[in-house]
Amino acid sequence: MIRFTRVSKEFPRTGLALKDVSFHVGKGEFLFLTGPSGAGKSTILKLLFLEERPTSGEVKVGGISSVTIRGRDVPRLRRKLGVVFQDFRLLEDRTVEANVAFALEVTGARRSAIGPRVSRLLTQVGLASKATAMPRELSGGEQQRVAIARALANDPVVLIADEPTGNLDERATRGIFQLLRDINASGTAVVMATHDLELVKRAECRTIELNHGQVVYDSAEPPVKPLPGAGA
Amino acid sequence: MNLALREALLAFRRAPVLSILSITTIAFSLFAFGLFGLVALNIRQALTQVEERVEIRAFVVDGTSAEATSAALGDIASFPEVASAKLVTPEQALLRARRELGEFSDVFEAGILPASLDVRLKEGFRDPVTVKAVAERLRTYDFIDDVRFGEEWVQKLYRIRNISTLAGTVIGLAFAAVAVIIIGSTIRMAVLARSREISIMRLVGATDAFVRSPFLIEGALKGMLGGVLALTMTWAASAIIARFVFSAEFFDAKLAVGGVAAGALIGLVGSAISVGRHLKAV
Repeated sequence: MIRFTRVSKEFPRTGLALKDVSFHVGKGEFLFLTGPSGAGKSTILKLLFLEERPTSGEVKVGGISSVTIRGRDVPRLRRKLGVVFQDFRLLEDRTVEANVAFALEVTGARRSAIGPRVSRLLTQVGLASKATAMPRELSGGEQQRVAIARALANDPVVLIADEPTGNLDERATRGIFQLLRDINASGTAVVMATHDLELVKRAECRTIELNHGQVVYDSAEPPVKPLPGAGA
Repeated sequence: MNLALREALLAFRRAPVLSILSITTIAFSLFAFGLFGLVALNIRQALTQVEERVEIRAFVVDGTSAEATSAALGDIASFPEVASAKLVTPEQALLRARRELGEFSDVFEAGILPASLDVRLKEGFRDPVTVKAVAERLRTYDFIDDVRFGEEWVQKLYRIRNISTLAGTVIGLAFAAVAVIIIGSTIRMAVLARSREISIMRLVGATDAFVRSPFLIEGALKGMLGGVLALTMTWAASAIIARFVFSAEFFDAKLAVGGVAAGALIGLVGSAISVGRHLKAV
């Protein structure tokens, strides 16, 4: 599903962000990326949805390679992925349902299919009753659920989450994490960058720890322990 | 409704003051363009009227038979450049001279002026080179004594026409460039104001063309509305001038529609340049 092969990334101003990183994520796997700030977690995520390209090495997602993909084909890759961020990135002047529908509209979904799909997604994330609310009327946890619903709109094969619980309290964090596990259980791979080591310990999922742009620990060696209840 | 069009219209609703300001700025830029266009149009029409007076006069040798002049007239009238050719007898020439030069009317006596073939040219054939070429052909008839067409005057007229066309093009392009820059700046502001939306669009897999299209529509709409406003202002200015200064021609329907379409095109070009440059930064 995802394969990093000897990937390095250097930024002109800040220098080397990743150095010779290699790992593989299987279909339906749940992966934590941990490490201190500046370790390279967000860079890995940006390489996954090709906001950045590797300076050297290759990133492969769902069979699409960072080496051969043309710029105009990047949207095709992104439609296979869902991305959520710590700061939710919702459109503040649109309702919850309009935010979710937006992801379907910009990818050219049929208008008649958008309404029912949005309803299903909002039900899935537990926000069916807040469809017409504005984002500012929601709690942080609820806003993150909207962002997750939007990320799921195009049926992604991988959900990428960059510190999705970073702005949330303990209770909301548990709720969001459970939602991510449910999504994973239905077959979607999840790659989640987090600082929350307690959460990582409790979850017992595969974990890659980064430091100074290098993989310093990968729990998949020895082999991956599948999530209880994860899809086949 | 198409999403790109809806997003473009939403941009007007979300930032009405900015939209009105940019439309007004575009309108003033196009208004200046329109005023200049109006001046150019009126100069052109005045020149066309003057041009219509371009005439070649071929003087006929005394004693030439009526058959010879009549045959030559038919021949000359069939030249592709010629609009009309007529014979002016010595009597008619005298009457015309007395009419045109009233204060010297008593100087002219019967028989002093020769008969002539007066030839008028079609529109588009009144430039110095063509006029001279036709004059030279008239000279080839053996009963033609002399050919006059105000060579210097025709050349001056064409110089004025060429200068006014050149000035019109240069100033028109300058105003168009100003409008493109203004629209580009307003689109830049729109791109920056909607950077979050753009980044989300890209994140969920919108193509570049899709991301650009609302901005292109917005630019074209602003250009078009600016064009309509500029046309209204130009019409008002023209009406005021017509009432208090002198009667001036206004653009016909084709030119007016063309002006508004040019506004939309300028808006589209300004947006395309700006979006191309600034989307990379978002």
